[in-house]
Amino acid sequence: MAKLSAFDPALAAPADVLPAQPSPGYWKAVGQRLLRDKVTLAVTAILLSIIIIAIFAPVFAIQDPLAGSVMRRLKPIGTEGHWLGTDETGRDIWARLCYGARLSLIAGMTPVMISLVIGGFLGVTAGYMGGLVNTMIMRTMDVFYAFPSILLAIAICGLLGNGLSNAILALSIVFIPPMVRISETVTTQARHLDFVEAARASGTTTMQIIRYHVLSNVLGAILVYATSLISLSIILSAGLSFLGLGVTPPQPEWGLMLNSLRQAIYVQPLVAALPGACIFVTSMCFNLMSDGFRGAMDVKLNK
Amino acid sequence: MLPETDKIIEVEDLTVEFRKREGSLFAVNGVNFSLARGEVLTILGESGSGKSVTLKAMMGLLPGYAHVTGQARLNGKNILALPPAELTKVRGSEVSMIFQEPMAALDPVYTIGEQIAEAIVQHEGISKSAAMKRALELLERVSIPSAARRLKNYPHEMSGGMRQRAMIALALACSPTVLLADEPTTALDVTVQIQILLLLRQLSEELGMAVVFVTHDIGVAAEISDRIAVMYAGRFVETGTVREVMRERRHPYTAGLLASTVHGGLRGQDLETIPGAPPSLAALPPGCAFAPRCRSVQETCRSGQPPVVDFGPGTMVRCVRAVPQMAFA
Repeated sequence: MAKLSAFDPALAAPADVLPAQPSPGYWKAVGQRLLRDKVTLAVTAILLSIIIIAIFAPVFAIQDPLAGSVMRRLKPIGTEGHWLGTDETGRDIWARLCYGARLSLIAGMTPVMISLVIGGFLGVTAGYMGGLVNTMIMRTMDVFYAFPSILLAIAICGLLGNGLSNAILALSIVFIPPMVRISETVTTQARHLDFVEAARASGTTTMQIIRYHVLSNVLGAILVYATSLISLSIILSAGLSFLGLGVTPPQPEWGLMLNSLRQAIYVQPLVAALPGACIFVTSMCFNLMSDGFRGAMDVKLNK
Repeated sequence: MLPETDKIIEVEDLTVEFRKREGSLFAVNGVNFSLARGEVLTILGESGSGKSVTLKAMMGLLPGYAHVTGQARLNGKNILALPPAELTKVRGSEVSMIFQEPMAALDPVYTIGEQIAEAIVQHEGISKSAAMKRALELLERVSIPSAARRLKNYPHEMSGGMRQRAMIALALACSPTVLLADEPTTALDVTVQIQILLLLRQLSEELGMAVVFVTHDIGVAAEISDRIAVMYAGRFVETGTVREVMRERRHPYTAGLLASTVHGGLRGQDLETIPGAPPSLAALPPGCAFAPRCRSVQETCRSGQPPVVDFGPGTMVRCVRAVPQMAFA
């Protein structure tokens, strides 16, 4: 077992087996995978058009969503001047759906964003710190888990009074516990990986490790989960409005419209179903999109 | 002994005890060694003998329930007693570590260049572009071909050997004086293994780095090290130069290890095994930890710790059968 003292160039030069192509970059690769996924592309296109319609509602809907007339109550789909019909007070359904998309999307997305920031922070803290901090945060969240989400939202809304901002606040509180749980789980997994230990061994401080190594590895999973929560949030906020706890009439909002058109279900069933269809399509699209993103952002499903 | 100033790392009476609710686990039970610049020490031992724990203790990487005593002096200051902020400064810049599994030890979402540059920026506060330039030099230093392009590669786009080279480059980023290597070649195939060993050896000579290398592979130990320490149940049972340990085999455990390994000297013979299994670290026997498996066990072995028999500087055997006079005869 003599020591190899001379450096054999044949041994010392490593075989360059893999082509040394510069990588396209993480986000570029994600984009390329998304482009190949037709379903995700389609639902993203639908969502984008809904968002564009919501933003430019005055352009798409010429009618005033609040102006009613007893003369034009409950017209069927295809009526002249009201191609999607009118509601029980003669307001144009198309105009109300367009403007309603604004409130529904706001009520759907804002709580998710708020809970993403607060829940994500708590979850990553709990996951990284472990021990007592983890126990305190997670057990507090477990208390919230004891209530079904819609019941908790109704209770908080009932406590705060109705109105859009209170509904958003209630839903944010409802979404924080699952967000904490998801981010805690992925952070705990990431924390025990070798590269976090390697980063500690190379003198990286805790804050830098969280910011640089942990966040970049857990953000994908948390974002995908947040996207899937948007659909739930739209449905829950529509539910709150339906119960009279969220947006107040005569504001156009899909859940509220569904509630008021409910009485006309035997007169104009198709018109009455339209807000429900909007809620269904939007939440479905968010769900499918989050599925697509999960696939595209996973390094292991690569290629 | 060499004068103290020559030693850049001195470990004295290092013990690690894992305190858990179910009881204590004694993973490292009094380890002593010291290293000079450019010297390579291999800690040889089987799984669970405390090799990796020794390294992690020296980096302060053990979890809170680990109770570490003793001293690990790096350039005169005791790492084990440093406050966390000081420890962070020492890690990476003075003592650095490479890991067994290069895929897991590199962050999958950053390119190799970004990771190395990030470490340099943190310690030296230089600009990102200057750090990138240094990262390129480091990749060239660990002989990664077409280094400039590799800089922009993600870990999963590289082969195992290449990743381990990148890992070494990352560990060398802030020119540490001591490198701790935790089985860095175990996950690699044999031809790549020897390349990595040669590279480490070369770097230690060129940069004057002391290297503590941990392995269970005797062949690897013989290849890379100046000195070998054979570890069993948290203690060094035999230390010495490669030649001494390989040839003299003063401790029965060393003899057993060599007899159970394929090498040229054994041509035509059957391989032997060491009967039994290592003792549980939660309940170590009162006497010699190897006694239950030892062929030449005596009554004194079971009752008390065997004596440490010195054979000159850095060479010792922890066995009742080792007789110092025989060595000099």
